[in-house]
Amino acid sequence: MAKKETVVETTQAVKPTETPIMIDAKVPSGPLAEKWKNYKAHQKLVNPSNKRRLDIIVVGTGLAGASAAASLAELGFNVLNFCIQDSPRRAHSIAAQGGINAAKNYQNDGDSVYRLFYDTIKGGDYRARESNVYRLAEVSGSIIDQCVAQGVPFAREYGGLLDNRSFGGAQVSRTFYAKGQTGQQLLLGAYSALSRQVGKGAVKLYSRYEMLDVVIIDGRARGIIARNLVSGKIERFFAHAVVVGTGGYGNVFFLSTNAMGSNGSAAIQMYKKGAYFANPCYAQIHPTCIPVHGEFQSKLTLMSESLRNDGRIWVPKKKEDAEAIRKGTLKPTDLKEEDRDYYLERRYPAFGNLVPRDVASRAAKERCDAGYGVGATGLAVYLDFADSIKRLGLDVVKARYGNLFQMYEKIVDDNPYETPMMIYPAIHYTMGGIWVDYELQTSVKGLFCIGEANFSDHGANRLGASALMQGLADGYFVLPYTIQNYLADQIQVPRMSTDLPEFIEAEKEVNDKIQKLLSIQGQRSVDSIHRELGLVMWDFVGMGRNKEGLQLAIDKIKAIKKEFWTNVYIPGKADDLNVELEKALRVADFIEIGNLMARDALQREESCGGHFREEYQTPEGEALRNDDEYAYAACWKYMGEDADPVMLKERLDYEFIKRQQRNYKA
Amino acid sequence: MWLINSSIGRKLIMSISGIMLVLFLLFHGLMNMVVIFSADAYNAICAFLGANWYALIATKGLALGFMVHILYAMYLSFQNLKARGKERYAVTDKQDKVSWASQNMLVLGLIVFGFLALHLYHFWSKMQLVEIGHMLGKHVGDIDKAVDGAYWITYWFSQPVYAIIYLVWLSALWFHLTHGVWSSLHSLGLNNQTWLPRVKCISNIFATLVVLLFVSVVVYTYVYQNFVL
Amino acid sequence: MEKTINVTLKVWRQAGPKAQGKFETYKLNNVSTDSSFLEMMDILNEQLISERKEPVAFDHDCREGICGMCSLYINGHPHGPDGEITTCQLHMRKFKDGDTITIEPWRSAAFPVIKDLMVNRGAYDKIIQAGGFVSVNTGGVPDGNAIPISKIYADEAMDAASCIGCGACAAACKNGSAMLFVAAKVSQLALLPQGKVERATRAKAMVAKMDELGFGNCTNTGACEAECPKNISISHIARLNREFLSAKIKD
Repeated sequence: MAKKETVVETTQAVKPTETPIMIDAKVPSGPLAEKWKNYKAHQKLVNPSNKRRLDIIVVGTGLAGASAAASLAELGFNVLNFCIQDSPRRAHSIAAQGGINAAKNYQNDGDSVYRLFYDTIKGGDYRARESNVYRLAEVSGSIIDQCVAQGVPFAREYGGLLDNRSFGGAQVSRTFYAKGQTGQQLLLGAYSALSRQVGKGAVKLYSRYEMLDVVIIDGRARGIIARNLVSGKIERFFAHAVVVGTGGYGNVFFLSTNAMGSNGSAAIQMYKKGAYFANPCYAQIHPTCIPVHGEFQSKLTLMSESLRNDGRIWVPKKKEDAEAIRKGTLKPTDLKEEDRDYYLERRYPAFGNLVPRDVASRAAKERCDAGYGVGATGLAVYLDFADSIKRLGLDVVKARYGNLFQMYEKIVDDNPYETPMMIYPAIHYTMGGIWVDYELQTSVKGLFCIGEANFSDHGANRLGASALMQGLADGYFVLPYTIQNYLADQIQVPRMSTDLPEFIEAEKEVNDKIQKLLSIQGQRSVDSIHRELGLVMWDFVGMGRNKEGLQLAIDKIKAIKKEFWTNVYIPGKADDLNVELEKALRVADFIEIGNLMARDALQREESCGGHFREEYQTPEGEALRNDDEYAYAACWKYMGEDADPVMLKERLDYEFIKRQQRNYKA
Repeated sequence: MWLINSSIGRKLIMSISGIMLVLFLLFHGLMNMVVIFSADAYNAICAFLGANWYALIATKGLALGFMVHILYAMYLSFQNLKARGKERYAVTDKQDKVSWASQNMLVLGLIVFGFLALHLYHFWSKMQLVEIGHMLGKHVGDIDKAVDGAYWITYWFSQPVYAIIYLVWLSALWFHLTHGVWSSLHSLGLNNQTWLPRVKCISNIFATLVVLLFVSVVVYTYVYQNFVL
Repeated sequence: MEKTINVTLKVWRQAGPKAQGKFETYKLNNVSTDSSFLEMMDILNEQLISERKEPVAFDHDCREGICGMCSLYINGHPHGPDGEITTCQLHMRKFKDGDTITIEPWRSAAFPVIKDLMVNRGAYDKIIQAGGFVSVNTGGVPDGNAIPISKIYADEAMDAASCIGCGACAAACKNGSAMLFVAAKVSQLALLPQGKVERATRAKAMVAKMDELGFGNCTNTGACEAECPKNISISHIARLNREFLSAKIKD
């Protein structure tokens, strides 16, 4: 692989040359629909007696991690499974609300594997790898079968068959759901499969353990260093292969819809050990979240996207009205119809309030930046159900959205049946992540990355109900095959001692880092620095990005890094349960990720999906892609603590689909 | 043995012994009602239930039911206390939907049991015990009054102290039954989402009726003896 | 628009599982009533850190009421005085200026305290590991629509399955019983044809594990249902009793 690499220095947004570079993704040859079939037919397998002799570490117990750990143990491998929460069931996959896509065509509405593949590629703004996305669509149906067999209580029709709902970015109804708790039910399904293996002793579970480094021996991943979060003890674990499914890094923004513990540290550890970090700048912003209420806000709450089906989004037409509303002297319900600006309906007559997530988010930001925002902070827009209540009646609206309205009222203390809801976009998902090849293997041998943690199949933007699909596809149906192709060559490798110098060295580095952090004894709390980083990220590497801002962000992040490493204060000890220390270790890595995101956003001089460069837009303010120069995955390679990272590329050749401009106007 | 080792098994024992006792109460209450209408008829029943073999077996069974119910209650409560852990909550607050009786079943049960001793002294020791003694050739009481249940009812309940004591006792019993009756059915698994409120309602009506049977005899006797005669 | 209140917090502090714990009192001023309870705890911790003291350790993660990690016993109620919510969904507007708020960890022998307000709920995982699953391996399963399932049963199974495993049921129960948690899982799988195959072994195994771990005996007080953030009905406990008894009687 190494001989094909060409290194391009890109700290200052170097124009990519036409010379193909490139990282080989090991995509099997042949027609699209045959690739996965052929791969499985010809890959190497490990026989049952050898499986028992092979250890696999799986880090993370979300949809990807739990499903992988369970499936690998079922096959007969020895699995060690780690999670930072007190139980595998608490991984943040549990919070996904809407549903999971699958090309079952149960509704007879013209769905097919190809159509799901096509919608996903288009939704991702043509920045995903064709072969992977096709495989994802192919296995999507099996996921539903698997979950049903596990006892996942999907919604059903009166006839007893599975129900579907429609979701953004598709013309068919292919989304399976379990009330508004689909992620929870799917995760509990994977968790039960995992628990079964734990009960059998096939999986050894380490909860409240945090991976702090990956151990490389002779160029292959051979284990991890992890901290027991209860005792603070640093421990070493060997395995023949390491699988990481630790989710996304959206918390780099401090405020996001991610869980408080969601972090990008495992990704940074892999990156520092030679795995490429791909497309870090692709972050998805969800348009319908409850706005920030104050400086001590800890996280943002998502309101289901389905609200946009019946709600109308608006801000006041006149600035003085917006000001009066912010001061509290004017009520939104008192504003006359002609004084309201339904800006999505105005700008996108064909799709109106149902434009994709990124478009809706940017439009809200544009209005608020222009001074028309509402709420105490001016960073909110209205989502109004008055028309729907008039048209459908209160009962219908209550039946459709009652639980969401109740959740809103619990948090905001406003009754959305009487006064319009306030919403604002928030960071929700990161499409970028650790680069993996067709086999989900990173650029380090024996190190695999699955779920949101890898740079995934979503390109530059993820469609709703696709995250659950990808996590489970990786864990149930892809990795259990592809990892065998690697492990088949490892059956002669005996279990190694964790007293090897590589383990000792890795543990020492971790210990040194912890000691260094604890010895700073500065003046700032970890959270205060994290908030500062989040603000920089939101202002300059958020919804709208430009060259000056990104360069400024890189400098600011550098300053934050310096502040962190000289002025952070962490109370407590290393060998004890120490939440501040846990947070500090994660924030140190968020700073690295912030830096990578800014650099990546700077080099990508186009707008696509979740990445919007203000310099590159159509006269109407829409994203302007540049397929000639940027049809590649940007893969960042770590060059050392003080050196700038370098960017390699994986060219995204489209053999089967023709790229088109996304259009939601007409 | 799962009836002793498993929590649901232990509850089954509580449930079945409880139902037995409730059925006994129902029978006892109905029997008492007879005294209001005819003292002679009541005494006939008393004679029927004297020291006959079937009545003695039933009495032993009843005593066993009581003992099992109470011993299991103690055992369960001890286990439950242990399950709560060593540290107790510093602040506790009432939960809206939780009945007071359900939280205090052991205390209520012990109150019921305590008064039972008095009750046995008042009636059983004067009646069946005397008959048993008589059969064994020992004199432990007035054998003529041993079958005159109506006499004892009048004797005790005409005294305001005992009437009040019995009413207090019966109210503790009522509280115990408001939780006990539906709960015993629930423990047997005879419940579901739709029937939960119905079972509770029916059980409470039943419990109230059973207790009213007893109350009516006490009140009737007291009022009749003190104000009517 | 923003209202602020001053509160006094009585917080359980305990250095470790074996250490002797005690209540510490903290005063917190100008807390916005718009902030969530856990944000108030964040403010407290920031204050403690600024005084160079150790912050209060408490469990929390998703902060939107679904992960089940948060676990505070507030003024005599698991998850606080509001209904059908988790601690992270509780807001400070539920409290009045000058209130004293007592915050304790879950108290149950099967949930030992790890530190301060954090407890170990691994017992719930062990119960699931004992049988809270359908024994199917990945792959080789029938089509999702091969077995029609009555919508009524599917919906009731969903209601049971909405359990978040937070432990409030055992924490609220005066008997320290985990019956609602176990019942929710047994009931969910007993209602679905996929789970029926193993219903007898599942009920027996899960109840045996629950008993072994030191949870108390259910006396049907209903405190679990009253405090359950997901409002799971105790009618599932009746179903568990039924499943268990019929399994045992068949033996």
